[in-house]
Amino acid sequence: MAKRSPRPKPQVSPLLAAARELVAKAEAGDEEGTAQVLEQLTRMRGDTLFEELGKLTRQLHESLNSFRTDARLIDIAARKIPDAKDRLGYVISMTEQAAHRTLTAVEGRIPVIGDLQTRAADLRERWGRLRRRRMGAEEFRALSGELDGFLECVEQEMSRTHSELTEVLMAQEFQDLTGQILRRVIDLVHEVEAHLVDLVRLSGEQREESADEQPTGNSEPGGPVIPGHSGADVVSGQDDVDELLSGLGF
Amino acid sequence: MLNKEMKILIVDDFSTMRRIIKNLLRDLGFNNTAEADDGKTALPQLQSGRFDFLITDWNMPAMNGLDLLKAVRADPKLAGLPVLMVTAEAKRDQIVEAANAGINGYIVKPFNAVTLKEKIEKIFERIEANA
Repeated sequence: MAKRSPRPKPQVSPLLAAARELVAKAEAGDEEGTAQVLEQLTRMRGDTLFEELGKLTRQLHESLNSFRTDARLIDIAARKIPDAKDRLGYVISMTEQAAHRTLTAVEGRIPVIGDLQTRAADLRERWGRLRRRRMGAEEFRALSGELDGFLECVEQEMSRTHSELTEVLMAQEFQDLTGQILRRVIDLVHEVEAHLVDLVRLSGEQREESADEQPTGNSEPGGPVIPGHSGADVVSGQDDVDELLSGLGF
Repeated sequence: MLNKEMKILIVDDFSTMRRIIKNLLRDLGFNNTAEADDGKTALPQLQSGRFDFLITDWNMPAMNGLDLLKAVRADPKLAGLPVLMVTAEAKRDQIVEAANAGINGYIVKPFNAVTLKEKIEKIFERIEANA
């Protein structure tokens, strides 16, 4: 601490000052004074030692801490991250399977339902003619046979539709499992984040929190928009897209 | 009137999304469809397949939809092919970039059947009006 001294002569360290005093006292034959200054000097040396010891202790403590963090990070890198990747891969395959199960069931039903609809419309028209008594006996026999077949078909197809809808229902069970897996991966991400923050703090680097960065270029795909995470540079839906494009002459 | 016989290529890296779009197109009366899982496999199909319409995702592994669009516009034989982008990419800059690269329509995911129908109709109305 360089306090401004009123005297023009250079600053003298407390140690040097004490040493000079010791010499002065000794030369003057002041035994009591000499002993006092000696004691003072010893104390000063002790203080410096304690100070150094304190510094060393702190460094040791921090090193141990950082070593502990390193060990946890090594564990995360070696074991937990690969595990999390496997889990996320499993989420992708489960959701994909569920989507395909659902799509297969739906794709199977759509043409059947379209066919029944067409046949029902045809039969209804002919049934109407019968009720208005505009149908010959021959045609009636044909209609009645077809009605039989149609009703039987409806019965069968509705039963199949029922089981396909149950299949669609059951395909949604992935949500429970993927939800649990994703939650665990999120926990892991939090853990990694906490350890990285620890490391950054230990390295003593001062960093401004969440500086607004623009890491990606324009054409860098940003992926799906997550509600509540979109900035002003992101459209909020199809209406926004249409408005933007119509402004460009679309 | 829309030509229901037109040949459409659906490009998306997710097979489920391709199936969904294919089913929606079938519902709209378009049965003549083919699929590709990214731009790199789509381009040779387009070059040899006489397609009338391209529906593509943006974010795909080997060649993304924007690069596919640029490749299509740069190829004299394909340059006039109508392209509809169906993507989760929702940044304004990206949409403007796609527009500048020559997109005919842009649908942001999640989307629905009505939007798909409207955009396809609009694209071909405009093409007819300019013809």
